[in-house]
Amino acid sequence: MLKDITLGQYFPGDTVAHRLDPRTKILLVTLYIVALFSADGLLSYAVMCACLVVSVRLARVPPRAMVRGLRPVLFIIIFTAVLNLFFTPGEQEFFRFGFLAVTDTGIKTAVFMVLRIMLLIMGTFLMTYTTSPISLTDALENLLGGLKRFRVPVHELAMMMSIALRFIPTLIEETDKIMSAQKARGADLENGNLIQRAKAMIPILVPLFVSAFRRADELATAMECRCYHGGEGRTRLHVLRYARRDYNALTIGGVICVLVFVLGRFGL
Amino acid sequence: MSVMLQAESVRFAYPVSEGREAVPALDGVTVAVERGTFTVVFGHNGSGKSTFAKMCNAVLVPDEGTVSVEGMDTRDDTLLLSIRQRVGMVFQNPDNQIVANVVEEDVAFAPENLGVPTDEIRARVDASLDAVGMREFVTHAPHLLSGGQKQRIAIAGVLAMCPDCIVLDEATAMLDPMGRREVLSTVRRLNREQGITVLLITHHMNEAEDADRVIVMDDGRVVMDGTPKEVFSRVEQLRDTGLTVPETVELLDRLCQDGMPLPLDALSVDECADVIADALSRKG
Repeated sequence: MLKDITLGQYFPGDTVAHRLDPRTKILLVTLYIVALFSADGLLSYAVMCACLVVSVRLARVPPRAMVRGLRPVLFIIIFTAVLNLFFTPGEQEFFRFGFLAVTDTGIKTAVFMVLRIMLLIMGTFLMTYTTSPISLTDALENLLGGLKRFRVPVHELAMMMSIALRFIPTLIEETDKIMSAQKARGADLENGNLIQRAKAMIPILVPLFVSAFRRADELATAMECRCYHGGEGRTRLHVLRYARRDYNALTIGGVICVLVFVLGRFGL
Repeated sequence: MSVMLQAESVRFAYPVSEGREAVPALDGVTVAVERGTFTVVFGHNGSGKSTFAKMCNAVLVPDEGTVSVEGMDTRDDTLLLSIRQRVGMVFQNPDNQIVANVVEEDVAFAPENLGVPTDEIRARVDASLDAVGMREFVTHAPHLLSGGQKQRIAIAGVLAMCPDCIVLDEATAMLDPMGRREVLSTVRRLNREQGITVLLITHHMNEAEDADRVIVMDDGRVVMDGTPKEVFSRVEQLRDTGLTVPETVELLDRLCQDGMPLPLDALSVDECADVIADALSRKG
């Protein structure tokens, strides 16, 4: 049952979106977010929507997967919509109920805010759909490399992240095993109220933690045995290289970002 | 033949909490392992065999005595990387020694650490995977492989350092018989074809059958040392140390006790069968 959990949600493929350098994708998403927050009118939002639709088509990610990504934030979206709808003062009032009022500005902001959150989530999800977690980690290590000068342990953080990703399936498998073992000893994990069920998790978490620490210890020894001594003087099997398509993508992204920013200034 | 590993009256005890007496894990071990040999170290749990293995590439250093790898003292911190590059170590649990989530990335881990140029890393990864017969799994996720396959990936990860010696610390203990066979035949081939010194730590008797040398440990000491035939024919002494002998020797020993004079040094099933058939035909 736990095996169905996929983290990072990578859809393997061989499209332009997949082949772009992971660093390019991170930069593009950053540009996309900047543009999204400077958009302030029908036209600029239309441009942003068009960007997302084109990218999704290019990446050949099933649209259903994009919508599914919105499910965990559904509550936030509804909450934002309601809040903006009823609490924004405006010139024209359509409806009033005590201190709740629906105004023309209210409707406009609510629609735009909801659109903004949805585009934001879907845009970032598109990146994780088309980039494997390891290359994302690599890209982050590379992009943040400059921070090493300020004693930020960039390599160590990236290493921790990739090891964490590597151990997710192993630990999920282990959790499954422990749950079966505890069930065989009569543990009741499915029934009872929230507190009872939370208590039932203790006999699962304790052995899981113990074994995770033991694993960590063994892994550290194994890494040392393979000459790991930090990021210094380390070379890589896969070296990240910008190709022509990366420059093209970044140029297009940059132009669109500026365009949306200008449109937003004029309230379009 | 030159000496690969040299242990000189090594003593070692694990640190214990205050008030308790430290029990020595190694109590005066002197062993020299020659280059290019296949040596099996035996012993039951707590005999010190795993501690001895960890001495071989400076994971642990002796309290007293010295361990040297190709003449380099393991207590010298400045030599640490070159010692570990020469003596690769494969551990018991395959899951806890695989670092990356793609096979090729994992095999590349050691050469990446050693600062090998990218092109050469590629070449070493391919060669190592070829050597363990796992080339077709280059881009697979390690957690989806079987135990034996994972251990072969771990061996490939060590091979990518171009080591002179591989120490397998109970690397077959968690595997099913199939996986055990895969791993054993892989290290045998590496020993024969590439001349890599192999030190196999195990408690499975039959893994010692065609080793060059068998070392039996008990209570932190070396109690027997010789060719498999020499060691296994000392059935009584093996039993005293709480070890079982291979089934073939067990059978021959019982037949001997029942009054059928047989040599005890026929280790493999075929040899054993031949010896018994001979004896029977002579009798008849």
